[in-house]
Amino acid sequence: MIRVLVAKPGLDGHDRGAKVIARALRDAGMEVIYTGLHQTPDQIVEAALSEDVDVLAISILSGAHPTLVPRITALLHENGANDILVLLGGIIPDEDVSLMFDAGVHQVFGPGTDTKDIVDYIKEHVKER
Amino acid sequence: MDAQTLYDGILAGNRRAVARGLTWIDEGGVRGKDLAHRLFAHAGKARVIGITGAPGVGKSTLVNALAINLRRRQNTVGILAVDPSSPFSGGAILGDRIRMQESVDDQGVYMRSLASRGHVGGLSRAAFGAITLLDAAGFGTILVETVGAGQAEVEIMRYAQTVMVVLAPGLGDDIQAIKAGILEIGNVFIVNKSDREGADMTVRSLRGLLSLTPESGEWSPPIIKTEADRSVGIDRVVDSIEQHQSYLRQHNLLNDLRYRQAENVLEQSLDDVRKEVEMLSRRESLWKDTVEEILRGKDPSLYARKLFANWLNATPRGE
Ligand SMILES: Nc1nc2c(ncn2[C@@H]2O[C@H](COP(=O)(O)OP(=O)(O)OP(=O)(O)O)[C@@H](O)[C@H]2O)c(=O)[nH]1
Ligand SMILES: [Mg+2]
Repeated sequence: MIRVLVAKPGLDGHDRGAKVIARALRDAGMEVIYTGLHQTPDQIVEAALSEDVDVLAISILSGAHPTLVPRITALLHENGANDILVLLGGIIPDEDVSLMFDAGVHQVFGPGTDTKDIVDYIKEHVKER
Repeated sequence: MDAQTLYDGILAGNRRAVARGLTWIDEGGVRGKDLAHRLFAHAGKARVIGITGAPGVGKSTLVNALAINLRRRQNTVGILAVDPSSPFSGGAILGDRIRMQESVDDQGVYMRSLASRGHVGGLSRAAFGAITLLDAAGFGTILVETVGAGQAEVEIMRYAQTVMVVLAPGLGDDIQAIKAGILEIGNVFIVNKSDREGADMTVRSLRGLLSLTPESGEWSPPIIKTEADRSVGIDRVVDSIEQHQSYLRQHNLLNDLRYRQAENVLEQSLDDVRKEVEMLSRRESLWKDTVEEILRGKDPSLYARKLFANWLNATPRGE
């Protein structure tokens, strides 16, 4: 069973996109833990570790990804959680994408992404453990 | 992580080990079953509190408020929240954590979401294993939230020492749901959202219903009004949990529960043995040969014993 934490860090005002993803992943047979808006990086990593998820799917619309994402991945790393697949969705300008990969994000999905592509990506990349 | 490291880590209260151990137990395979059985000897110290009720009555909000209150009373708290899986895809959206953010920010609280995964026996076994694990890891109080709708969810409440049934005013079918069987298992009744109109009405109809159910022992379940989102009434809830716990202790009922749990573990192990015997026999030509013998008119129970003896020889196991 694949377990995914869908996380909304920062000050984004709505979570429509995150909920669409959550439902698509559920409909693909995954267990999705959703923790609501305005999560801090510490809260997100704590939830990811406690829930022992295979995948952390972060959604950011506010443009705060350059500070939030490296903080989250650093905390994961500090806690030895290197086996978690980290995905980033939302509005990420092209010029920031390589920065996100450097920070340890495995894949970035832009606004128009077909949810099926995300499902396929997860199924292909989650490791047995 | 290998089984021994995991086991040691759980007993030491290591959070990563606790989290991974719960994954093993949740997946329902052999490694999780073995782990739960090994941990059973270290469990039996925690207070296990069940929280059940119709969807949306405020169970998670209440659990959050309870956890904060218990922390103030120097308790460590483990939380398990069970949500139903989708019958169509087998997936689930587990949203109880949203309402528990405040309490889980504290390192003395550990919270885990579980999906019911659709089958009664499996869920109840995984839930029992999960409770055993949190108990063995040293959490003083374990709060288990389930939606009191399906049989599987109500089943889990068997493992709780104190069961709280939560209602909210204005949900007509709420009282109906209660009639359908949760009434009998409640030790403490909560009318949450008592800021809403109709709370006193709900208390009255509940009191009426309770007076119709046969008394079980000397405990008469209290009805407490709360506003969980503003932490109103929570002290009284925790007090009544403590009263119920001392009632259980005084009447030696906690020992009875522990006895039944040990019995349960034994039953599970027996089931496992049966499955292992069959699996081993099927792997060998033994299964086919035995079926042939039975077709020829041999005594099936004699041959079942032979399968068992073969399994016993093949799997020596020390103390
Ligand atoms: N007015 C009022 N609203 C409350 C109270 N307690 C909780 N709520 C709200 O009720 C809604 C549902 O609360 P939850 O705690 O998620 O309820 P639940 O029973 O855990 O729901 P499920 O897990 O989905 O069955 C949320 O919007 C809460 O903020 C209360 O005392 N008064
Ligand atoms: Mg809930």
